[in-house]
Amino acid sequence: MSAPAPDAACMPRPWAVIVAALVLGGLAALALPAQAGADSPAAPPWWLWPLGLFVACFVMGVIAVPAGIGGGTLFVPIVGSLFPFHLDFIRGAGLLVALASALSAGPMLMRCGLASVRLALPLALLASASSIGGAVLGLALPARAIQVALGSLILGIVALMWVSRQSEFPRVVAPDAIARALALRGSFIDGASGRQIDWQVHRTGWGLIVFLGIGVLAGMFGIGAGWANVPALNLLMGAPLKVAAGTSSLVLALVDSSAAWVYINRGAVLPMIAVPSVVGMMLGARIGARLLHVLKGAVVRRLVIGVLLFAGARALLRGLGWWE
Amino acid sequence: MNAEDSHALEPGMPQARPQARPHAQPSLQTPPQPPEQLRFAAWLQWAARLGLTWLVLSFALTLTGWLPNAVSPAQLTQAWGLPLAEYLQRTQAATGWAWLGHLGQGEGAGLAGIALLAACVLPGLLALLPLFLSRKERALAALCAAQVLVLLLAASGWIGAGH
Repeated sequence: MSAPAPDAACMPRPWAVIVAALVLGGLAALALPAQAGADSPAAPPWWLWPLGLFVACFVMGVIAVPAGIGGGTLFVPIVGSLFPFHLDFIRGAGLLVALASALSAGPMLMRCGLASVRLALPLALLASASSIGGAVLGLALPARAIQVALGSLILGIVALMWVSRQSEFPRVVAPDAIARALALRGSFIDGASGRQIDWQVHRTGWGLIVFLGIGVLAGMFGIGAGWANVPALNLLMGAPLKVAAGTSSLVLALVDSSAAWVYINRGAVLPMIAVPSVVGMMLGARIGARLLHVLKGAVVRRLVIGVLLFAGARALLRGLGWWE
Repeated sequence: MNAEDSHALEPGMPQARPQARPHAQPSLQTPPQPPEQLRFAAWLQWAARLGLTWLVLSFALTLTGWLPNAVSPAQLTQAWGLPLAEYLQRTQAATGWAWLGHLGQGEGAGLAGIALLAACVLPGLLALLPLFLSRKERALAALCAAQVLVLLLAASGWIGAGH
């Protein structure tokens, strides 16, 4: 069965996205004051927070795509820096933001051969199991310890973004035994060259070990782990860059589902925080994709690195008690 | 590149430049994908649509006051900056699966949408099982079953229960 070509499969309609964003924002702005009577006169109206969160996530979604980074990675450090919510609730919402983004992208990527279920299954299984442990650990540790670890991780991601050199088509001479047994291979059309690319992977055992660690980080910090998945799949296991990025999305969907349940069961997911975040990020990402050819990716990427640098340093310093 | 594609294709995608490979052949059509890809994609798409629709509708009903809040907005703004344990103590908010008993309230309906979203990979995984078994791909079937069990374990609340 042949799926539609990638570029024709689901072209977004920018006017529809803009209208949807305006309608949702307008609905929130008009409807929320109806419940604002409970606010004290001195405090800002409560509805400004979810509305602000929606707008912030929309902007994050717009810049995430040209910057080449998942919105989930931006969410936790930036919302943690700018909004008054406790980190426990931000991490719960962050997992859902990453999950919703992965779910919206996954089906199309699979139909186009840019995400492989076969490749995702063994990696996601270990990462899912370890993400549950990560989530439990994250909710058990004191907030300051989490802030320090999160700040360090974000600064590490900044360093990775700065120095990362990925390989579009890594050379895999022969698959390893696990990859052979599970038939971890596939093919896709490279949209830029119009060529069919057949791929296979190697070093699957090492990949499994790395994904075990990635799962812990994803569960503990509630951030999308695409920044770690893609290099592991691409540079370590030898998947082509596009397959690595697409399969990362599928792994994220499976891993974040598991971790999200821990946060849901513990009461750490507040719809008032999670829903505007998810909707804002998804709508923004669609606009961001349309702006991909207009904005200079390198410039936006540098901007995002700067913002993450600030957010990571702030989290680290807050954790150390040097920036209250 | 389209919106959904580019959102997921994370680091490096926009900057990437294609190179021809020795084994690459010119082609204009997407190569046929294995049945498991297409089946999982279809289930995932419908489940995600259902979850997102529920999520947005329940939130809209909460915002417009059609669904009452168990924790008032004023109380929420006072409590959402607290650590989880203190938040729960102050608001007496439901944990675990208790939200099922509050579907008529904003929080319960919203959590139902979130739970749908967090569970929407399950139908796809279950749909893959018979496919792998019919092709005697037992290893992949076992991986699929194990993934389902991990998700059910996480959803059950047995791990990490309590505060």
